[in-house]
Amino acid sequence: MKSARPWLAPLLSALFLALLVGVWYLATYQPAAEATVDSEYAALVGQAASTGAKSAMPTPGEVGAKLWEHLSDPFYDRGTNDKGIGIQLLYSIGRVLLGFGLAALVAIPLGFVIGMSPLIYKALDPFIQVLKPVSPLAWMPLALYTIKDSGISAIFVIFICSLWPMLVNTAFGVAGVRRDWLNVARTLEVSRLRTAFQVILPAAAPTIMTGMRISIGIAWLVIVAAEMLVGGTGIGYFVWNEWNNLSIANIISAILFIGLIGMALDTLLARLARAVTYRE
Amino acid sequence: MTQPFLKVEALAKRYPGPAGKPANTVFENIHFGIAKGEFACIVGHSGCGKTTILNVLAGLDEASEGVVIMDGREVRGPSLDRGVVFQGHALLPWLSTLKNVEFGVRSRWPQWTPKQIEAHSIRYLEMVGLGHALHKKPAELSGGMKQRVGIARAFAIQPKMLLLDEPFGALDALTRGTIQDELLAIVQATHQTVFMITHDVDEAILLADKVLLMSNGPHARIAEIVDITMPRDRSRATIHHDPQYYRIRNHLVDFLVNRSRDYAAGEPAAAAHDPRNPPLVRPGLEGGAEVLPLSAGTAAAVSLLKPLSSASA
Repeated sequence: MKSARPWLAPLLSALFLALLVGVWYLATYQPAAEATVDSEYAALVGQAASTGAKSAMPTPGEVGAKLWEHLSDPFYDRGTNDKGIGIQLLYSIGRVLLGFGLAALVAIPLGFVIGMSPLIYKALDPFIQVLKPVSPLAWMPLALYTIKDSGISAIFVIFICSLWPMLVNTAFGVAGVRRDWLNVARTLEVSRLRTAFQVILPAAAPTIMTGMRISIGIAWLVIVAAEMLVGGTGIGYFVWNEWNNLSIANIISAILFIGLIGMALDTLLARLARAVTYRE
Repeated sequence: MTQPFLKVEALAKRYPGPAGKPANTVFENIHFGIAKGEFACIVGHSGCGKTTILNVLAGLDEASEGVVIMDGREVRGPSLDRGVVFQGHALLPWLSTLKNVEFGVRSRWPQWTPKQIEAHSIRYLEMVGLGHALHKKPAELSGGMKQRVGIARAFAIQPKMLLLDEPFGALDALTRGTIQDELLAIVQATHQTVFMITHDVDEAILLADKVLLMSNGPHARIAEIVDITMPRDRSRATIHHDPQYYRIRNHLVDFLVNRSRDYAAGEPAAAAHDPRNPPLVRPGLEGGAEVLPLSAGTAAAVSLLKPLSSASA
C-alpha cells in the first residue's frame, strides 16, 4: 500500500529516537552526589569515580558532547593511541576496500570459469563448501604466521571473507544465464569472448552485484574484529582501546560511526546494482 | 532433377532409454526438402519433435541420425546463414531495440563502421514498423513489438534461410493477425526461404507454400506434405472467401484431430506409408468440397478479386 502521507514514517522514526533517548536519559540519570572522599583524592581520580556512585554508563548528553568533539576534529593525530576517529575509520575503510577489491579480482573471473564449466564447478565445489563456512578470523593466526605482518594479515582476512559470496554468486549468475540468450549469440556466430562480455556478463551482472553487496557487508563486520586482534590502527582497535580506557561514550560514538559507514557502503553498492539491473 | 535448397535426409532423434530398454525415439526417418524462396510450415501435435527439428536445422541441436544439407553444404553448428526467430523472442533485455538488432548486424559484417551498422539496423526496424521505438528497452515494448524486433533481428543479417519457432504463439489474436500480414508482405517482397513451426492451421494456410504434417510422437514422421495451391498474393481479409481455403483447412484439421495418431507402428496407415516419400496432396484442388455458400454480393466480389481460384473450384 502506498502511503498518502510521506512524512508519517520519518515522524514516527523521530518519535522512536526521542523515546529511546528518553529511556536512556532516565536510566542514567543520577542526582549530583556529594563527594564522600577527600577533596584532593577527588581531584586526582575525577569527580565521577570519587563519589563511588557514578556509573561508567554515560548519559545521552555526554555521548552527544563526545560526538560533537569527534565531529569537530576527526583527523588529529597525537601519537599511536590518540588519533582522531576519522583517521581510524579511514584506516578501516582502506583495508576493507583493498581486501574486497583483491577478492573481487579473484572471485569474479574464477566464478565466471566455474559458472561456465560444469566440470570445474564439480571439481571445485567441495573446496568451496568446506572453506566457505570457516570464520574468517580462524585464518588470522595462519596469516600472521605466514605473512608476518599484522596489517597485511588483516587485509588477508578481509580478502578471504569477501571472496566466497562473490565467487558463489558469480558462478550462480553465469550458470543461470537464459539458454535463449546464449542461443541467440550462437546463431549469430558471436565469438566466445564477445559472448562472455556482451551477453553473459550483463545477464549475470545483477547476481554478481548482489554477491558484492553481501561481501562488503561481511567485510565491514569482520574488519572491526580483525582490528581488535591485530591492533595499531583502525576503528576496531579504537573500540578496544576505548574499552581499556573504560570510555563508554567513545565506544557508543564508534558504534554509531561504524553503522553509518556500513550503511554508506551498502547504499553505494545498491546504487551500482541498480545501474546494471534490467527488467525482463 | 535438381537438388532442393534445403534437404533433410533420414533425420532421427533418440534419447537413451533406461538401462536394458530400447532408446526413446522422438522422430525418425524424416525426409523433406525446401526449395529456394519457398515457405514451409510444419504442423503437428506437441511432443512430435517439431522444435527439435528446427533446432537441428539451426545447428543448435544435434540429430542422432541423418543429415541436413543447405545450399550444398552439410549443416554443422549454428551459422549466420540461418536466422532464427525464437518462440520467446529472446531479446537481450539490457539492450535497446536498436542495439539488439545491431548486435547481430555487427557480427554479420564486422568490417562495417558503426554508422553503417546503425543505418542498416534502423532500416530493418522501420520495415517491421518500429522506427519510433529504436531506443526503448524490450521491457517497455508489448509482446507483439518484441516479436517484431526478433523478426527484424533475424531479417537484418540477411540469412539464406529463416527459421521461425512458433513466433506468434504467445500473442493475442489481433496482434497475431497484424504481424502475420507484415511477415507475409516482407516474405513476398524478399522471397525469403522460410521454415516455420506453428500450431495455428489458419496461419499455416495464410503463409505457407506447403505444409508438412507430422504424425504423433514417439516415432513421429512426416505423414503428408500438403501443397497450398492458392495463389501467392493472399491476404488475411479475403483468404477465407477462396473456395480452396476450407478444403485445405478441413484437410489439415481432419489430420490433426483424426489421422495424426494412425502412423504409430502396427497401424494400417503406417504399413502403407513410405516416410522417404510422404504423399504430396493438394486438397485445395479436389472438387466437391463442402464450401459454405457465399452471399451473392460477396461471391461476385471474390470472383473479381480471385479469378484464378474461382476457375479452379
